Amino acid sequence: MKLNRRDFIKANAAAAAMSVAGLPATSAVAAGKDDIRWDKAACRFCGTGCGVLVGTQDGRVVATQGDPDAPVNRGLNCIKGYFLSKIMYGADRVKTPMLRMKNGKYDKEGDFTPISWTQAFDIMEAQVRDALKKKGPAGIAMFGSGQWTIWEGYAAAKLMKAGFRSNNIDPNARHCMASAVAGFMRTFGIDEPAGCYDDIEHADAFVLWGSNMAEMHPILWTRITDRKLSSKHVKVAVLSTFEHRSYELADIPMIFTPQTDLAILNFICNYIIQKGKVNQEFVSKHVNFKKSATDIGYGLRPNNELEKKATSNGYPGDDGKPKGDPGKSEPITFDEFKQFVSEYTVEKVSKLSGVPTKDLIALAELYADPKIKVTSYWTMGFNQHTRGTWVNNMIYNVHLLVGKISEPGNSPFSLTGQPSACGTAREVGTFSHRLPADMVVTNPEHRKHTEELWGLPEGTIPEKPGLHAVAMARALKDGKVNFYWQQCNNNLQAGPNINQELYPGWRNPETFVVISDPYPTLSASYADLVLPTAMWVEKEGAYGNAERRTQFWRQQVKAPGESRSDMWQVMEFSKRFKVEEVWPAELLAKAPKLKGKTLYQVLYANGVADKYKVSEVAPGFDNDESKYFGFYVQKGLFEEYAQFGRGHGHDLAPFETYHKARGLRWPVVDGKETLWRFREGYDPYVKKGEGVAFYGHKDRKAVIFALPYQQPAEMPDKEFDMWLCTGRVLEHWHTGTMTRRVPELYKAFPDAVVFMHPDDAKARGLQRGMECKVTSRRGEVVLRVETRGRNKPPRGLVFIPFFDAGRLANKLTLDATCPISKETDYKKCAVKVTKV
Amino acid sequence: MRFIPALVLAGAALLSWAGVASAQEVVESLRGNNPITATSRTDNMFRPEKDQDLIPRNFQKQPPLIPHSIKGYNITQNFNKCMDCHSKERAEETGATKVAKSHYLDREDKKLTNISPRRYFCLQCHVPQFDAKPLVENTYKPAAKKGE
Repeated sequence: MKLNRRDFIKANAAAAAMSVAGLPATSAVAAGKDDIRWDKAACRFCGTGCGVLVGTQDGRVVATQGDPDAPVNRGLNCIKGYFLSKIMYGADRVKTPMLRMKNGKYDKEGDFTPISWTQAFDIMEAQVRDALKKKGPAGIAMFGSGQWTIWEGYAAAKLMKAGFRSNNIDPNARHCMASAVAGFMRTFGIDEPAGCYDDIEHADAFVLWGSNMAEMHPILWTRITDRKLSSKHVKVAVLSTFEHRSYELADIPMIFTPQTDLAILNFICNYIIQKGKVNQEFVSKHVNFKKSATDIGYGLRPNNELEKKATSNGYPGDDGKPKGDPGKSEPITFDEFKQFVSEYTVEKVSKLSGVPTKDLIALAELYADPKIKVTSYWTMGFNQHTRGTWVNNMIYNVHLLVGKISEPGNSPFSLTGQPSACGTAREVGTFSHRLPADMVVTNPEHRKHTEELWGLPEGTIPEKPGLHAVAMARALKDGKVNFYWQQCNNNLQAGPNINQELYPGWRNPETFVVISDPYPTLSASYADLVLPTAMWVEKEGAYGNAERRTQFWRQQVKAPGESRSDMWQVMEFSKRFKVEEVWPAELLAKAPKLKGKTLYQVLYANGVADKYKVSEVAPGFDNDESKYFGFYVQKGLFEEYAQFGRGHGHDLAPFETYHKARGLRWPVVDGKETLWRFREGYDPYVKKGEGVAFYGHKDRKAVIFALPYQQPAEMPDKEFDMWLCTGRVLEHWHTGTMTRRVPELYKAFPDAVVFMHPDDAKARGLQRGMECKVTSRRGEVVLRVETRGRNKPPRGLVFIPFFDAGRLANKLTLDATCPISKETDYKKCAVKVTKV
Repeated sequence: MRFIPALVLAGAALLSWAGVASAQEVVESLRGNNPITATSRTDNMFRPEKDQDLIPRNFQKQPPLIPHSIKGYNITQNFNKCMDCHSKERAEETGATKVAKSHYLDREDKKLTNISPRRYFCLQCHVPQFDAKPLVENTYKPAAKKGE
């Protein structure tokens, strides 16, 4: 065997040299001698935002590689990124609109039948008109994505919020980082991290809180590994509810009982205070203290016992008035905060969390020691948490107490899951309560400013927040929303509690479900209308990553069949409605010149977004939307959108700059990006002599919140005796729509398994590889047992990844959310595991 | 020569997909024809593929797949089992694929004597394969050599 292998290598080296064409050039565009055109793009997958080079030949992508010039990844990709070249070529691409029909007509119980775009828009138009007639703007909804490009999200938000005057638009990013957003807004008054990835090369210690970066942010993990293995003094602490690959690098490995991260964070604050390590000068100058409402419920349906009992969940009480406000807080003093955290002693928290006292102290020392520069990372472990907003606030408490923030290496850093969770979902404001540049629909000044920039009469944008992700799913089931349009995500598989909420909503006879997707996803297969959709480099795009870096790419290839981009779909559909058909007469009376115009004319061909000529598109590249609409759509929408942030702390560079640069981190002021916000010398928004300014709040101070440990919504009991945690694996992206169609990735991790402790398996008569049934109060899934894999849960906890449509982890999960951020807790519910 | 062009492989694989319905007439997810309300299928007892010679790459910068079992292989901070065979010092003797030169460069492209710490955890880019049959065909084609 060995001899064979050696011989083979020699032969293969020659063969590989012959078969693999074209050496990439590092410049943006270069045709190699084999007619491969290389151009830059951002990776399609996670929030890291790696740069890639895309090689095309004869109108097809033939190769991809890590971009050596991209500062994020310097030539590296993870296994998913390396296989980007195959994600568009699954043989089952949807190539034409498909409608459920019987006897030549739409029928919810009919079979999928290919139709034209005109027919597709005809039925959509009829369904929207019907829903608007029955329920008004609240009767329609759109569910978008943190994987939308910036202009796709912007076009969709305009159509819903201004065109149809419905705030029922939310991104799947609600499931992903809404708690991070709420945490930022409460603590700093402005969204997104102060620091950037350059912190990695400066930090002396890293703490991972509920983040398995080794699998979910692999390229950032290469940077941390690089830092850790090349600088011997660097320490890594990893906290999770089960052991995973990131523990391979841990000096302080910790496994804690689910939900007790809240207690651990309060212990660290208590430790810092007791040891006299508070940075007094920083705290007195830059920090306010507050305490927050606490009996806030769990975001469940109002008839749930937990919600009936909660006194501050904001739900209607017996008198019809809201029961308190979960987001409410009031000022306290430092001494009151000190008193508040004093009960979180090392002994008490060790007992509660299961983490040994010596590890808790070692962890606290990383933050308390003024000589250690510490960077904290977190993702879904914090965000998907029924106290997700709190736990985000609480990690900032720790960093603020010691002043370790906004300087190289000292950085509380919220990682994002999706490639444009920041760029699109957050910055554009595609949430049901948000507008661009951190503005919100509930603020009259914000609405007015938005209406002015959009050239619309005052009062166009409704003031009431629309339906968030979980509320939207409930509204489908309850028949409150009759027209539902989902783009760029697969919520029937990715959303919580499929059996009781999502699936009944999809199939509700009163609901018309439209799914825009390149592939037949689970969402699509149960929809009423499926729209074939262009993906990734089949369109010109822009993403914003977790470190505020905005990155562009050009259209590299054409989409197959009748596929069109999400943006084209939204804009073309808007031509179907005249403004007087969807706006009340009194609103239109304020802007008579809009009368007779279509929503397309009002929102897109509005004299601003249609200012730039198609001829400005780079020569040699397609831009199918611009060609179709007759103006440079992406540039027009981007420049209109960029007005929101320029001069307001969210400055974006001119459009063309991004086609040249390997991304820039906003605010980009006078052509310069900002690496560390809130600190003089790095951030142009901090005044001379101010030192540090958290200018998101009017008094330019950040907030430390006193928040307690509380139990989760559901915990293991006698019958459902184990915790279930769900999540991702390295090889697959979310619901596997793209990665499971790449044979190499599919074969690397074919189907979902349940990771469990060997003793838990044995106690149930199970062995590795056997089938078992995992049951919660909401559903059951049959899958195989894994006791020796990459994840090693402690006794009493199982982990199931959600990528597998054949084994749906979300049949088990509970639709409990953080009551402030409305983000689902996918990390904690109770299940039992039995032999099949 | 035992090199098998990727195209031939794809062609062979195509045959095994006979029976998968054409996507143009149905909207069938990767769940197959198993309804969402039904229990999962259990015909999925996959095993690691048998040790084999190199698995051909599709394009030059594709990290080679791992063509052998990695059962019991450990990578810790102090020890990397893969490098036992694949390091530039050991590869000749063991017959394993030598780690590429790129793996001895740091972030700034400076040469290192040992494997770059940024490339230390091999499984982030190189993965072994199970004997599962792909769910759908992938029509990706490698670059054509022009002028041949």
